[in-house]
Amino acid sequence: MDWIFIASHVGDYVGGAWVTLRFGLYGVLCSLALGMLCCLARYFRVPVLRQIAVGYIELARNTPLLVQLFFLYAGLPRVGIRFSAEACAVIGLTFLGGAYMAEAFRSGLEAVDKAQVEAGACIGLTRRQNIRYVIFPQALATAVPALFANVIFLIKETSVFSVLAMMDLMNVADTLRTSGGRTVEVLFMLVAAYLIILLPVSVIATMVERRLRYAGFGDQHSV
Amino acid sequence: MQDLGISILFKGINFQRLMGGLWVTLRLALITIGLSCLFGLLFGVLMLSKKRVAKVFCRVWLEIVRFMPQLVLLYLVYFGFARLFGWDLDGETSAVMVFTFWGTAEMGDLIRGALTSIPLHQTESAAALGLKKGQVYLYVLIPQTLRRYVLIPQTLRRLLPQAINLSTRIIKTTALVKMINVTEVLKVGQQIIGQFYRQPDAAFWVYFVIFLLYFLVCWPFSLLAKQLEKRWA
Amino acid sequence: MADTILRVNGIHKSFDGTGVLRGVSLEIREGEVVVIVGPSGCGKSTLLRCINGLETIDKGEIYLRDEKISGRTKDLHLVRQKIGMVFQSYDLFPHMKVMDNLLLGPTKALGKQKQEMEREALSMLERVGLKEKAHVFPRTLSGGQKQRVALVRAMLMHPEILLLDEITAALDPEMVSEVLNVVIDLARGGMTMAIVTHEMRFAEAVADRVLFLEEGVVLEEGTPEKFFHAPTTERARRFLQSFTYASKRDKAEVQPKNNLED
Repeated sequence: MDWIFIASHVGDYVGGAWVTLRFGLYGVLCSLALGMLCCLARYFRVPVLRQIAVGYIELARNTPLLVQLFFLYAGLPRVGIRFSAEACAVIGLTFLGGAYMAEAFRSGLEAVDKAQVEAGACIGLTRRQNIRYVIFPQALATAVPALFANVIFLIKETSVFSVLAMMDLMNVADTLRTSGGRTVEVLFMLVAAYLIILLPVSVIATMVERRLRYAGFGDQHSV
Repeated sequence: MQDLGISILFKGINFQRLMGGLWVTLRLALITIGLSCLFGLLFGVLMLSKKRVAKVFCRVWLEIVRFMPQLVLLYLVYFGFARLFGWDLDGETSAVMVFTFWGTAEMGDLIRGALTSIPLHQTESAAALGLKKGQVYLYVLIPQTLRRYVLIPQTLRRLLPQAINLSTRIIKTTALVKMINVTEVLKVGQQIIGQFYRQPDAAFWVYFVIFLLYFLVCWPFSLLAKQLEKRWA
Repeated sequence: MADTILRVNGIHKSFDGTGVLRGVSLEIREGEVVVIVGPSGCGKSTLLRCINGLETIDKGEIYLRDEKISGRTKDLHLVRQKIGMVFQSYDLFPHMKVMDNLLLGPTKALGKQKQEMEREALSMLERVGLKEKAHVFPRTLSGGQKQRVALVRAMLMHPEILLLDEITAALDPEMVSEVLNVVIDLARGGMTMAIVTHEMRFAEAVADRVLFLEEGVVLEEGTPEKFFHAPTTERARRFLQSFTYASKRDKAEVQPKNNLED
């Protein structure tokens, strides 16, 4: 292992990691928002929007991100719709992630016991209050593990951003590999970089899940 | 009037070429799914082993595939193995290796989950049923009944929808072989676009159709998984 | 004579074409405790659920004081604020501590001051012997404790009437009396209640009037003395006979008393 080569290219990887992390984060945040919207449209049975949400979720979950990005980045400009590579990255990741987040929220909502909804109604809460104080907190707590799994999944998926000519981790590694030929070192650093990004996410996920479990969230059985 | 770009897809054998490209990834996915089921069964049983070494081994394997993007794993095998071990693997072989490595761990985890989810009282009630009919049944019939009529269907009911979902993910993920120089559907699409560079909206239609093709392949599986989940819930 | 709190007027309710309630009428006056008994599936739980609008009725009317509350789709929560209900499965909110469970209704639905309500909640908890449990999560409580908290939660809304739907059915036998004693205490305090129960000893002890429901109709109605000791219908007699064993067992357990401490 050529440690001098590694040391001299740490900077490149930090730059790449920053791109991966930043656009990953944008994508995750937008996905959460879009996922919540879709979930709400379905939960409140909003006409039209609800059908659109269902169709979108099926479309996004059943196509690869790589193909979605090709369509966005190389296909759409030919009919006059042009986005920058960065915009494509965020749009693509949001398109994919929104559907996964929506499903996570939905399964959380479905897990809320019907009796809880009735109990909320019986102490005279309005539907809106019931949703805010009784239903959503429980649904969210149940959805947390799935939401975190999606965060990790989405950050991993950013590895295909290199087809947009973005200098993310994957592209940094690829460029160094083709120019320098130090394949082993280049790949070693790539693996290390993804671990450094994703391990903290996983640790945070475990901590949050444990806290919720300690607080008694998410266990609705015979409470 | 100029032709719509979509018409180039039906010129000559273009559509067949595209389907041929799709088949390349689908074939990889099918091989991967088959191998993953096979090795996943071993992996799942190994995860339930009482031996600490086996448990740690499985845990580490599972964490690797959970943390590493599949594309990174592909690079490791396709480019890295040539350097490290001198194995000059072609793209498709690398892909099958990587995706099976990934699928085995995920499938194994699903199988472990399904096996451990069987409630104890199932076994107990089956045993209680046997006791009434006498000792002979207890020693002869019950172990077999458990295995054949109680445990396996219960496990399958939980496992099948999840396994189908994993298979859909594997099909989607095989699109990544584009990145290690395998001529699959996106590559074929690029070739077609290259030939028809005079047609300005060719790229739009080609990528749109590829998008649809993937959807048409994956969607039925998703629907099936959802149906099974609903029916067996 | 006391005011009529609740008036149920010939209500019908069917699920998938099966008539569960077939013309049930009922009047409850202020401070009165009405116990509804009957075999399972006779419609007694459905009756309670119809009263506070958890189920819509097909025919008939329900009045709370002089206000018609049936057939209403708007502002149902205003009606429910005046009707307390406690279920068999407690249904405390698992993500809230006991105190927050108690305060949610009064502060959010009724818009009352938090400090003031907290004081009242604590004194109510003390009354049911659970003062020290105010700041724990429900999952750490026993079934009997949960059900007592659920009773306090309903009472803190100061409802006009309290509906209790088999509140001891999910409890272990040794916890039944600690919950029923709270109810007896509430009855003594003049709370208006409609109670569905399978505990016949308790029913006899607490009821001012007993309603025997079978197949969706009221077969018999009267004082507990009359119903339990001289039922007029053959059906009621047979129903009560099936409880002979159970009531012997219960005798030792439900002892009405004033002190509710653990």
